[in-house]
Amino acid sequence: MAETLTAPRPAGAATVPMLEVKNLEAWYGESHVLHGVGLEVRQGEVVTLLGRNGAGKTSTLRAIMGLTGRRAGSIRFEGKEMVGLRPDLIARAGIAYCPEERGIFASLDVTENLMLPPVIAPGGLSVEEIYTLFPNLKERARSQGTKLSGGEQQMLAIGRILRTGARLLLLDEPSEGLAPVIVQQIGAMIRQIKQKGFTVLLVEQNFRFAQTVADRHYVMEHGKVVDMVANEDLAASMDRLHEYLGV
Amino acid sequence: MGLEDLLFELQMAMPQVILGVINGAFYALLSLGLAVIFGMLNVINFAHGAQFMMGAFVAWMLLAYVGIGYWPALLLAPLIVGAVGVAMERLMISRLYKLDHLYGLLLTFGCALVIEGLFRNTFGSSGQRYAPPREFQALNLELGDFFLPGYRVWVLIAASTICLATWLVIERTKVGSYLRAATERPQLVQAFGINVPLMMTLTYGAGVALAAFAGVLAAPIYSVHPAMGANFIITVFAVVVIGGMGSIMGSIVTGFLLGFLQGLTEVVYPPFSQTVVFVIMAVVLLTRPAGLFGRA
Repeated sequence: MAETLTAPRPAGAATVPMLEVKNLEAWYGESHVLHGVGLEVRQGEVVTLLGRNGAGKTSTLRAIMGLTGRRAGSIRFEGKEMVGLRPDLIARAGIAYCPEERGIFASLDVTENLMLPPVIAPGGLSVEEIYTLFPNLKERARSQGTKLSGGEQQMLAIGRILRTGARLLLLDEPSEGLAPVIVQQIGAMIRQIKQKGFTVLLVEQNFRFAQTVADRHYVMEHGKVVDMVANEDLAASMDRLHEYLGV
Repeated sequence: MGLEDLLFELQMAMPQVILGVINGAFYALLSLGLAVIFGMLNVINFAHGAQFMMGAFVAWMLLAYVGIGYWPALLLAPLIVGAVGVAMERLMISRLYKLDHLYGLLLTFGCALVIEGLFRNTFGSSGQRYAPPREFQALNLELGDFFLPGYRVWVLIAASTICLATWLVIERTKVGSYLRAATERPQLVQAFGINVPLMMTLTYGAGVALAAFAGVLAAPIYSVHPAMGANFIITVFAVVVIGGMGSIMGSIVTGFLLGFLQGLTEVVYPPFSQTVVFVIMAVVLLTRPAGLFGRA
C-alpha cells in the first residue's frame, strides 16, 4: 500500500508532520519483514501501533531507528531523511528508542544506566525531574540495573531517554508483563510526558492501555499499516478493531 | 623441620616465586588486553603475541635507528603499534563482526604468522639486546642472599599500575560505562547516539597498545626476537580461559596468580612448572566452564 493514512489536520496545525514514514520496507537478512509501511506522527501526539504478534510493529520501530538490516522507502524526521543513516546519527537527529526487552544493562548500576544515553540536544528532563516522575529509581540508585523489578526496569528504560533532549520517543510495549497498578503508573507517566511536549510512537498489544494514552491508533497486519482510528472514534470502531486484533 | 629450616626453604624459594610473579605481571597485562578486545569486539585476538613482540621491536628500533631511549619508547611504541592495530581493525577485522568468532580467530592468527614471518625475515630469529636504563639500579633489592634487579621491581610497579588504571577506566568512568554497555548490547548503545563502530576500533587499538606496552616492558628482560610473543601467548590464553573470557578483573587477578603458582611449582617440582597452568585450565574448564570470574 503506497498511500499513508493520515489524521484530519486541525486548522492552524503545522502541515509537515514530525515523522513521516512512506512505503517503508525492511529486511532481516533474507527475511522481508516490512512491506510498505506508511504512517505519520505530528509534533506533540501520542500515536500507537496496534496489531497481532508478528504484524511488524516492533520491526517498524527498529527500522525507524536503523536497527533492521536493509531498508527501503522513506522515513522523514523533521524534514530530514533517515533511511541510509547509521543508528547513532538517527539518535542524534532527535529520536530515542526504548526496546521491548527494556535493554537495562546488567554491568551498570541504576545511575549509570540512567546517565548512559548522551544528551543530544537541550530540552530534556533533568535527573531531578526524572526522579520526581519515578521516585523508586532514586532509592535504588546504586543497585545493579537488572536487580530492579520489571516495573522499575521499565521506568528506568523510559526515564533514561527523557534526559537526552530527544523530541520523538519510540516505546515498544511499555506495559508488557507488568502488574495492572504499574501499567496505570506507566500510563500516567506517558500522559505527563505528552504534556511536557514529547511526541510518542508507541507499540502496544494491550489495547485497553493504548486507549488511555493515545490520540490515534494505526493497525498493522503482515508488515503494513492497514487502518487508522482516532481515539475519539474508538467506541464506534470496536468491531473492526476486534477483527484485526482477534481479541 | 625446624623454624630455621623453614625460613631457609622460603629464602631459597623466594627468587623463583618472584620471577613467577613478574611473569604473572606480563600474563596480566596481556590477558587484560585480550579481555578488553574480546568483551567489546567478540574477537579472540590471536595476533596479541605478535603485537607484544612488535612493541618490543619498535622500542628496540627507536633506540637502534633514531636514538630514542626507553622512557619515550614506553609511550611511543604503544602508540605506534596501537595505530597499526587501528588500521588492522578498520581494514580487516571489522568485516568479520557478523560472522562466527572462529573467523576473527583465524584472521588474527593469520596476521600473527605474517607479522612474525616479516620480523624473522628482516631481523633473523636470534634476539636483539635491549639494555635497561641504568637508573633502575637504584631500585635494586637486596635481601640477604636474595637479589632482585631494579628493573624487575619497576616491571611489577608499572604492570600493576597499568592494570589498575585500566580497571578504573572501565569500571569507574563514563567512557567505561559505554564500553561495558556496548559489550552487552552494542546495537542499543548505538541507538542511543554513540558511534559504536568507532568505539570498537579505538578499543582494539587500546588493547593492542596494552600488548605493545607489555612488549616494551619485556624488552630489557627477554631478548627482543620474533617468537617472544608466541612463547608467551599460549600461556596467556590459558590465563584468559581460567579467569573467564572477557572479565577484566578476572584476567588481572588470574594473571598474577598463575605467575605466582608457576614460580612456586618451579621450586617444588621444576619439570611441572610449564604444565601447571594447563592442568589448572583443564580443572577450571571441567568445574567452572565460564572461568573463575566469568559470568555464565
